[in-house]
Amino acid sequence: MSNPLIKATGLTKRFGDFVAVDGIDFEVEQGETFGFLGPNGAGKTSTMRMISAVSPITEGSLSVLGLDPAKEGPRLRSRLGIVPQENNLDDELTVRDNLYMYGRYFDIAKSELNERIAELVEFVQLTEKIDAKVDALSGGMKRRVTIARGLINDPDLYILDEPTTGLDPQARHALWDRLYRLKQRGITLIITTHYMDEAEQLCDRLVVMDKGKIVAEGSPRQLIEIHTPRDVVELRFPIGVLETIGGQIRELSDRTEILADRALVYTDDPDRTVAIVHAYGLEPETVLERRSSLEDVFLRLTGRTLVD
Amino acid sequence: MAIPLSVRVVEAELRIYRRTWRGSVFTGFLNPVLYLLAFGVGLGTLIDANLPEGLDGVSYLTYLAPGLLVATAMQTGASEGAWKVIAAIKWRQTWHARLATPISVHGLAIGQVLWSSIRVAMVSASFAIVMIVFGVASPLESLGSILPAILVGTAMAAGTTAFAVRVRDDSTLSMYFRFVVVPMFLFSGVLFPITQLPDWIQPVAYLTPVFHGVELARTIALGLPPLVNSWISLTYLVALTIICGWLIISPMRQRLTP
Ligand SMILES: Nc1ncnc2c1ncn2[C@@H]1O[C@H](COP(=O)(O)OP(=O)(O)OP(=O)(O)O)[C@@H](O)[C@H]1O
Ligand SMILES: [Mg+2]
Repeated sequence: MSNPLIKATGLTKRFGDFVAVDGIDFEVEQGETFGFLGPNGAGKTSTMRMISAVSPITEGSLSVLGLDPAKEGPRLRSRLGIVPQENNLDDELTVRDNLYMYGRYFDIAKSELNERIAELVEFVQLTEKIDAKVDALSGGMKRRVTIARGLINDPDLYILDEPTTGLDPQARHALWDRLYRLKQRGITLIITTHYMDEAEQLCDRLVVMDKGKIVAEGSPRQLIEIHTPRDVVELRFPIGVLETIGGQIRELSDRTEILADRALVYTDDPDRTVAIVHAYGLEPETVLERRSSLEDVFLRLTGRTLVD
Repeated sequence: MAIPLSVRVVEAELRIYRRTWRGSVFTGFLNPVLYLLAFGVGLGTLIDANLPEGLDGVSYLTYLAPGLLVATAMQTGASEGAWKVIAAIKWRQTWHARLATPISVHGLAIGQVLWSSIRVAMVSASFAIVMIVFGVASPLESLGSILPAILVGTAMAAGTTAFAVRVRDDSTLSMYFRFVVVPMFLFSGVLFPITQLPDWIQPVAYLTPVFHGVELARTIALGLPPLVNSWISLTYLVALTIICGWLIISPMRQRLTP
């Protein structure tokens, strides 16, 4: 932990009086894949934009690749790969032209750039679309163009804000595979996501943010072990029923979550929990026993479901 | 660092322009032909019949042509700095993407104004060619009068951009065209001398870049010697461009990198 690639101390972002990021501390090591999780409005994008040197920090200190984003923005950005939450591609231009124009700002020579574009388009599996206008691509394909664009300068740090939102399952898995290959090449990755499986698959370490603060930190495994019992029993009821029987459900365990259509009961002994449910005379539509996941940690910490 | 990357902005805009250059070049020639025919030749015949000694000693067509050249440059500059800017910030957000690269806000602003200036130069050059064809001025004089036109167009591009980066929605921009750009075309000495305007409004006309550009372009196109006023006009236009350019930076930074 001696020489982190990113070091943030008391990092704060305010928009007027509104505090979007509220004094957070974190470090990211060389070669690590680091995740930011959190509900809408938690401050993930604001944090990513500060790291990307496209938004000045309000307070605290931030060092990225040993550089100060406020003083050395251009130099820092020349070594970053940025995939923003919004694609902001030029719709009127082809895939090739979008990548080409972006690459020119990094002062990459034309011949080298053309080679790299061919490689990257292959990498995101859009070779046959290289001369199609971005306008004519599907949402998921546009996302992949943006992902390729972020790699045009062969970055040391690759920052992806919700990279797979809008991708179909195949494309998501393909992207995970690609990101994994980048990771093996030693590139440090920072990712925000709404998908728990994505965070579990990709992240070595992650932080959970809520209302501008970090509420938990660790590896996916650690977070699950620390913050939630091993198993969950999910009880599904018709809408409305839970309003009347909520009290009984809460007696089942120290930790329960009552949602609109289902109740989650956290327990180390699921079979016993189910037995008690039946003993109480409750009649759930379905009963599901499963292992606790990051999603449950998330629910516990922020009181919200992740995918909305 | 800022200046070389500004050239990349021009490169990018050129790549975008490549897709529509044919239509744009065509209207670049068609517009001056139509305007000079309608106002210079059509209306001009009536005016010349009433003014045997001419306006500034020349026919109305000769008087009008350098004025229209500058007015066209002014309008081109204004439109380059208008909806395109709102689109780049708000609708398509392409400037957000550019600022994620090593380019700075300054570099991007300079590059955009530089590109607008090139567009103005293209439009002005086709106008000058039409002037030569109409026999309004010699090739050298026609081409010389492009220079003040480019300056006016650049000042307008910078000024309009400085306005566009501040406005929240595009209806404000329509108002700007209706109440600033169009009156500037009508009342700044393009179609008739500003001495024809009521006394109280003449100082306002004197403050417009178009007035100074037209004075300069007419002096060059009619082959008149430069007056003391010409240097004032030149200084004024350069100063205006720099001030407007500077006014772009801070709101642009606030909107794109909040
Ligand atoms: N430019 C801005 N001006 C004012 N408020 C802003 C600005 N950008 C973000 N915010 C506010 O800051 C808060 C955090 O926003 P941010 O985009 O960082 O959240 P997020 O965690 O990325 O959310 P999501 O999951 O929806 O992308 C939000 O309440 C948002 O409204
Ligand atoms: Mg976000």
